[in-house]
Amino acid sequence: MENTNYAIETNNLSIHYGNFTAVKGVNMKVERQKITAIIGPSGCGKSTLLRAFNRMNDFVPSCHVTGELLLDNQNLYGKNVDPVEVRRKIGMVFQKPNPFPKSIYENIAWGARINGFKGKMDELVEQSLRSAALWDEVKDKLQQSAYALSGGQQQRLCIARTIAIQPEIILMDEPASALDPISTLRIEELMQELKKNYTILIVTHNMQQAARASDYTAMMMIDDQRAGGVIEFDDTKAIFTRPKDKRTEDYVTGRFG
Amino acid sequence: MNTPNTLPYPQGNAFYSTLRKRYLTATIWQSLFLGSLLIAIIVLMALIYNVIDGAFGYIAYEYKNSPSEFTATAPNELTKEELLVILKDNLSRGAYNKLDEEQTMETRSQSDLLNLFFERLVRLDTKQTWSMTESLSKGAEIQAEVAEKYPDAVLEFRSWLTPQFLTAPMSSRAEFAGVRTAVLGSLWLVGIAIAFALPIGTGAAIYLQEYAPKNWFTSIVQTNINNLAGVPSIVYGMLGLAVFVRVMESFTSGAMFGVTDSNGRTILSAGLTMGILVLPLIIINAQEAIKAVPDSLRQAAFGVGATRWQTIWHHVLPNALPGIMTGSILALSRALGETAPLIVVGASTFISLDPDGPFSKFTALPIQIYQWTTRAQSEFHAIAASAIIVLLILLLTLNATAILLRNRFQRRW
Ligand SMILES: Nc1ncnc2c1ncn2[C@@H]1O[C@H](COP(=O)(O)OP(=O)(O)OP(=O)(O)O)[C@@H](O)[C@H]1O
Ligand SMILES: [Mg+2]
Repeated sequence: MENTNYAIETNNLSIHYGNFTAVKGVNMKVERQKITAIIGPSGCGKSTLLRAFNRMNDFVPSCHVTGELLLDNQNLYGKNVDPVEVRRKIGMVFQKPNPFPKSIYENIAWGARINGFKGKMDELVEQSLRSAALWDEVKDKLQQSAYALSGGQQQRLCIARTIAIQPEIILMDEPASALDPISTLRIEELMQELKKNYTILIVTHNMQQAARASDYTAMMMIDDQRAGGVIEFDDTKAIFTRPKDKRTEDYVTGRFG
Repeated sequence: MNTPNTLPYPQGNAFYSTLRKRYLTATIWQSLFLGSLLIAIIVLMALIYNVIDGAFGYIAYEYKNSPSEFTATAPNELTKEELLVILKDNLSRGAYNKLDEEQTMETRSQSDLLNLFFERLVRLDTKQTWSMTESLSKGAEIQAEVAEKYPDAVLEFRSWLTPQFLTAPMSSRAEFAGVRTAVLGSLWLVGIAIAFALPIGTGAAIYLQEYAPKNWFTSIVQTNINNLAGVPSIVYGMLGLAVFVRVMESFTSGAMFGVTDSNGRTILSAGLTMGILVLPLIIINAQEAIKAVPDSLRQAAFGVGATRWQTIWHHVLPNALPGIMTGSILALSRALGETAPLIVVGASTFISLDPDGPFSKFTALPIQIYQWTTRAQSEFHAIAASAIIVLLILLLTLNATAILLRNRFQRRW
């Protein structure tokens, strides 16, 4: 298969909770090794869309997906696709830091081990923690509880845990929403670093963060049936300086609602 | 600006007067809660007092035959061999052989034999017993009464709960009876019940919580499990009788494994019956424990590419384990105290042989206690009270062990 520039493509992707359509008709192409931000008002379906990318919605019994989600031209919702494999390729960092109730070391080693990692575990742990800019802070207490870390450190640990299984794409749902400005900036720096090797999709409420950190931005908004959709998807610069849609302009300039 | 009259909340003195009312209500409720606690404490104290009251007190007894008729030495100083000879010489052949059949005489301990000496030869005869309260408050009157009614009797303050009571087997004479057989029976029962119900109950709970789709079928199953926890225990006894004692007799009697001398009324049948009895309790507790594991933890595991099984085994179960253990502690206490199902399944009422495996006949502590309390003679009530103390201590010990185990598993992060 030829190596397209796109890590992931959606084709008229809709997501429903029971009879309620939460996200409707999304068509977007996510470029490789770029950061794509998803912005939009609360409840417009950003998390729902993001979770659809690695089939985390499978755990919501009422949730079902129509349309296509293509990774390397393969529909992730196709019949023969194993969701475990999807999550192996597409890692996720959640809004609230959720380290395992284990040691810092184990937090990273566990994911690697269950995925059959055969290399040197100590090296992997160090390398992942370094990539997540956490190594210097924790190198002397790898065997201590991950819960003893600060919120920002826990979030970086979750990022390190995701990097350790070497996915192709990393999804981040408001990774900095619970963090102070300094931790937020560190995570943004980290994303710039990670971008060299990974494709990143990030949901954020922070307009400055989206403008600063992302290359592309998808603007989501609900229609009159309360179904969310991507109303504009473009270069981040374009979205923030010359948006085509009036609603986008209102939202990014803070005149929304 | 609002004037004070139009403010929606009370101000100044009005505020303090509502505050006083709020505090008053709070004080009333608080004293009600304290009252409830006090009632609970009083009831518990009364229960413990009642038991202890029965287990200690004066006893007046006579010897039918004097020990000196059998031996020149003081009975306590007799060796095992000497006792064996005395018993063999003075007991009838039939009585001696019967005892030998129950447990080979040579393998019995010195204290066991000494017991037999007093029980069968000297023939201690209890005239009357008194409760602890009576003994302590009316000591002089009791002494006068005994001196008058039983001039030959010995009056002694006796603790019915002795080391001997713990180690002696069953006997038809209260003074010599012990609870060893019953304690061992109870331990076997609880062991079998937990070994059966804990894995099955936990497995069912995992399936219900983590795998089963939420539909009408699972909700019916769930409702039934919840109701089963409240079914009277005698019903479980009848189930055990029908299924384990009768239908599965060749298994529960051990016939399948070459055991020939027993029927289905074995410790195995009773243990399995108890296992079924506590199964709903274990399932419900395990379900609650599994439910309490936060979803964010499952998502974290799935998020790094874990399968459902890996998520359950490495994260859900270890985090639910303390709760599951709490459930088994409850189950254990229940199994230890249940009486009715054991009677139905066929606990032996008189058995002096220790259980030596799952296919033994058995008795259990609550059965023994029940037996003794139904006897007319007051000395049996005294040993029933002692057996209750033993049961309570056993319960505390088992629970403490389970809690220790739980705390070991519960590595806090
Ligand atoms: N598990 C669920 N079951 C049913 N409806 C859901 C579920 N999760 C989300 N929804 C609905 O889907 C819609 C989109 O929710 P979603 O969480 O994706 O919004 P969001 O854009 O991430 O909002 P926020 O910015 O507040 O996080 C909402 O109307 C929400 O009520
Ligand atoms: Mg969200």
